[in-house]
Amino acid sequence: MINNAGVPLLAYQLVSLIMFFAGIYGFFTRRNLMMMLISVELILNAADINFAVFNRYLFPGEMDGMFFALFTIAIAACETAVAIAIIINVYRNFGNAEVDNLKKMKG
Amino acid sequence: MTQQIIFYLLAIAITVFSILAVTSKRIVRSATYLLFVLLATAGFYMLLGYYFLFAVQVSVYAGGIMVLFIMAIFLTHKPGKDVSDRVGWRFSSSLLLSVAGLLLSGYIILNNTIGIVQFIEKEELTMQQIGTAMLGAGKQQYLLSFEMMSILLLACIVGAILIARKTKTEKNESNESEL
Repeated sequence: MINNAGVPLLAYQLVSLIMFFAGIYGFFTRRNLMMMLISVELILNAADINFAVFNRYLFPGEMDGMFFALFTIAIAACETAVAIAIIINVYRNFGNAEVDNLKKMKG
Repeated sequence: MTQQIIFYLLAIAITVFSILAVTSKRIVRSATYLLFVLLATAGFYMLLGYYFLFAVQVSVYAGGIMVLFIMAIFLTHKPGKDVSDRVGWRFSSSLLLSVAGLLLSGYIILNNTIGIVQFIEKEELTMQQIGTAMLGAGKQQYLLSFEMMSILLLACIVGAILIARKTKTEKNESNESEL
């Protein structure tokens, strides 16, 4: 039986806050599409932690937060697959995966 | 007590590795740091008592998505080459924006989180409860979301194949160049 009564809700929130803003920082400063995707994964993961933690601490009898975290993980998997397909397409057309190339598109 | 020590170890790991993941110059290292962050998050879920979420996080995120990432990195990048970041005012303004956002949200959290909230002991969720909630159509049950997710995954498979495949003209060109 797990007993972590000593860990406050605040500690979990601060960890996910730092993870979220690390993701924001990476998303804005990186010029490489794969790096930007890694930052998006960090942001999504921070949101997942918050869902699970709020569910467990505030409403321990229910499991809505857990299911939202589950569905977010599934959506993240979809998003990654499509984004990587797009990145491979960009690489095929431009020779590298830098976001500045995308100024020039076909349509 | 043991749980507290484990929590703080995981928290330090998440903080350090998530900052390293967005500042590292080598893209493969960045992906590896992301893997460590995802595994530490799985540890959080285990501490919270959500064993099913832990298993999903490890198998889908740390397993599936990371393999996809590494494959895509090796397909699109030369190994050992540094990636370039933004420079000049774009870099400093994004740094300023993220630090300001961190401070603002941190301030809001510190002032509004209720300190009275305590971790309440509860017996762990059984697989039967999770399955009933996921495949039931009643109140607080998630059959609709589950089915939507299956359609989304199907659309995602079709979309990824359509986007990533070569068009006919490209195929002809590559055949000609091979000849």
